[in-house]
Amino acid sequence: MDKNRIIRIGAGSAWWGDRIEPAALNAAHGDLDYLCFETMAEATISAAQVRARRDPSFPGYDTYLDDRMKAVLPACLARGTRIVTNQGWINPDGAAERIVHWLRHFGAKGVKVAAVNGSLITDRVLELTDTILENGLPTSTLTPSLVSAEVYLGAEPLAEALRAGAQIVVSGRVADPSIFMAPMMVEFGWDPLDHLHLGRGNGIGHLLECGAQVTGGYFSDPGFKDVPEPWNLAFPIAEVDADGNAVITKVAGTGGAVNIKTVKEQLLYEVHDPANYLTPDVVVDFTTTRLEQIGPDRVRVTHISGKPRTPTLKVSIGCQEGFIGEDMFFYAGEGALRRAQLAKRILEERFRIVGLEAEEIRIDFLGINAIHGAMSPAPAVEPYEVAVRVAARCKTREQANKVGREVDGMAVSGVGHTGKRVPHQDRVREIIGVWSALVPRDRIHPTIRYFES
Amino acid sequence: MKVKLQHVAHTRSGDKGNTSNISVMAHDPELYPYLKEQLTAERLHRHYAGTVAGPVLRYEVDGLAMLNFVCHGALGGGVSRSLCLDNYGKSLSAAILGFELEIPDSLRGRLLGMA
Repeated sequence: MDKNRIIRIGAGSAWWGDRIEPAALNAAHGDLDYLCFETMAEATISAAQVRARRDPSFPGYDTYLDDRMKAVLPACLARGTRIVTNQGWINPDGAAERIVHWLRHFGAKGVKVAAVNGSLITDRVLELTDTILENGLPTSTLTPSLVSAEVYLGAEPLAEALRAGAQIVVSGRVADPSIFMAPMMVEFGWDPLDHLHLGRGNGIGHLLECGAQVTGGYFSDPGFKDVPEPWNLAFPIAEVDADGNAVITKVAGTGGAVNIKTVKEQLLYEVHDPANYLTPDVVVDFTTTRLEQIGPDRVRVTHISGKPRTPTLKVSIGCQEGFIGEDMFFYAGEGALRRAQLAKRILEERFRIVGLEAEEIRIDFLGINAIHGAMSPAPAVEPYEVAVRVAARCKTREQANKVGREVDGMAVSGVGHTGKRVPHQDRVREIIGVWSALVPRDRIHPTIRYFES
Repeated sequence: MKVKLQHVAHTRSGDKGNTSNISVMAHDPELYPYLKEQLTAERLHRHYAGTVAGPVLRYEVDGLAMLNFVCHGALGGGVSRSLCLDNYGKSLSAAILGFELEIPDSLRGRLLGMA
């Protein structure tokens, strides 16, 4: 193998709701060997299960699958860019079939698409796991409320599908960095137990998995950390070498920035112990990392370390835990705060009168204490506007409905000068609580199905 | 001289379950020792009193002049259970920008955003 070979891996999304146009830009102008999409949050799978039960027409994969594929497939087919994505959610086979549909639509014949299954273990989770990591209770205590359980798979099944010739690989739950590392394992022939290279590869994957968060997104702070054209950000590209070192960069002519600060901020994002970042593939040690700005919007990342992977995989268990009711109303002008304070008192009494059964109630003043809560300093000057935001967490939908109904009462039975919307949206949402457990690695057997356009 | 942390370091927060990690990165390696000495886990926890239940653990990455604070009990029971509008705690890392540090006058030129 050519030791000087570089592969170019680009990000196509960092979450379900991410912008589509930077993915299209990476596909068209990134000169990519691989384009990788991460489209899930912790509760995505459980939310999809709940939706699938209620709505038989919901196909169970990324609701933006069509938009994303239409945006990138023509350029990816022209360049030969392969795609690795977790857009399969609870139906990777269905997602693969839909991708085949789009391949045919664009006139591509004989293109292989792989669906990676085996992450969903809802029916076996109680047999495979013992203890809830967050509270130490047996996982069997979750039985009455269990919605879904899924294992975080690693890069191995994705790499296997790529090795088998798949041009596009679509999976359910996979650890985010693994999506981006699978191409490196394939192109550089890294062994699944080669923790040195897998540590580096996973570290680079971690830098890419949150998309624009390493190219100037979730970063700007005027006067302290300014980036050019923050309305025109690109998603990152990693130029990776066979040793697992990489240059993080982006398509030229875009806004944002790739510099030491943007890379450092992303390096420990959602990381706890920087020397022991557990992934399904390897334990990453970020403490040895070296960063060097080698050109405009080009940061070289070297010396990330790896330690052998653990014998277990993480399982995410989603449970139905009740409902949150919430609403908001408004005060402005002279004396806004004193009226908001009286409104809060009235609501507290009303909740008592109507017997609201809640695990927790919050009545906050937006602009004063609604975000950081108790630690917020008292306002130095009288605020001109105050929004009162009310939320309660309840066991039943019936109880949670009381929040919006009591806010309705504030329209004509409340305080002077109350601004209030006519409800135009659902003010109650279901809570899918997420718990974690560990499952022995050797009890999980991913499967791959191949499709062809 | 006393300065706010925003002149000394930049920060980012991330979520996992009911835990928020707040990373704090010195703007300049020469400022890092003062950050490391003065921004202890205990002081950070006190800054977030009433909002972060705790415990708070601190990890140090000296080679990159950065600290990582793992704040347990920071997200109202977890992203999906939280009644907070910012249920991911994305803005939590901004609160510590107002923390005051003592920095030698000789390092004034290393501080960011000082008029």
